[in-house]
Amino acid sequence: MSEVKKFLYVNRKAPYGTIYALEALEVVLIGAAFDQDVSLAFLDDGVFQLTKGQNTDGIGVKNFSPTFRALGDYEVTKLFVEQESLDERGLTTDDLQEVTYEDEDDDWAEKPSIRVVSRAEMADIMANQDVVLSF
Amino acid sequence: MKFGVVISEGPYTHQAADSAFHFVKSAIAKGHEVPRVFFYHDGVNVATRLSVPPQDERNIQENWSALAKEHGVDLVVCIAAAQRRGILDDNEAKRQGKDASNIAEGFRISGLGQLIEMGIQTDRLVTFGD
Repeated sequence: MSEVKKFLYVNRKAPYGTIYALEALEVVLIGAAFDQDVSLAFLDDGVFQLTKGQNTDGIGVKNFSPTFRALGDYEVTKLFVEQESLDERGLTTDDLQEVTYEDEDDDWAEKPSIRVVSRAEMADIMANQDVVLSF
Repeated sequence: MKFGVVISEGPYTHQAADSAFHFVKSAIAKGHEVPRVFFYHDGVNVATRLSVPPQDERNIQENWSALAKEHGVDLVVCIAAAQRRGILDDNEAKRQGKDASNIAEGFRISGLGQLIEMGIQTDRLVTFGD
């Protein structure tokens, strides 16, 4: 399996209320071992997955949001967030947690993994993939 | 063309497992290849052999088991998703100390790596879900 494909994991749903977000992240973590070109997209209610200060004590389910900060260690470094989805929900980038990675091509400089893109740019990103898995 | 198929919703509640079945059957009839179908999220519930739908309704699990037998389609159930929802084969039942297994003929339990591998090895990945 030397072929490298472009994988995009599309996250459209809120982090809690359904299991889609958690099980999507499980696919991303396993998929990271396959050395593919991986990107994540966050749109619609999926943008809530990256909000900071999540606290699930009241609902009795695991808060998995810290896992996003570990993605850099798995060489998953492209997290695209759709601007319009943030706007529609009254969110700004200040509401999102910081996710970074160390760039091995730039003396391991710490760089942000989250990139906010427009809906039109997101469409281009999607069109450029080989495999799109939507959750 | 070589298709990979993902089913991510449960049987009877949702059309996904039916639509995927019709898609796979038609694709094979048209001369395409469908080497593997991957069951994820509530889709893993398709794999229980203990469902007993009314006789005048289609039996989704039996449809899939028959298709696997006839065309050699590899029906893979995600182990992590299956464990949460109580879908076990003999090995897993033993390993987890459970008194029964329930996986149907033609299905096998394996890891998420099988999903990624399917994405790499097929020309198109088609998801049936919400």
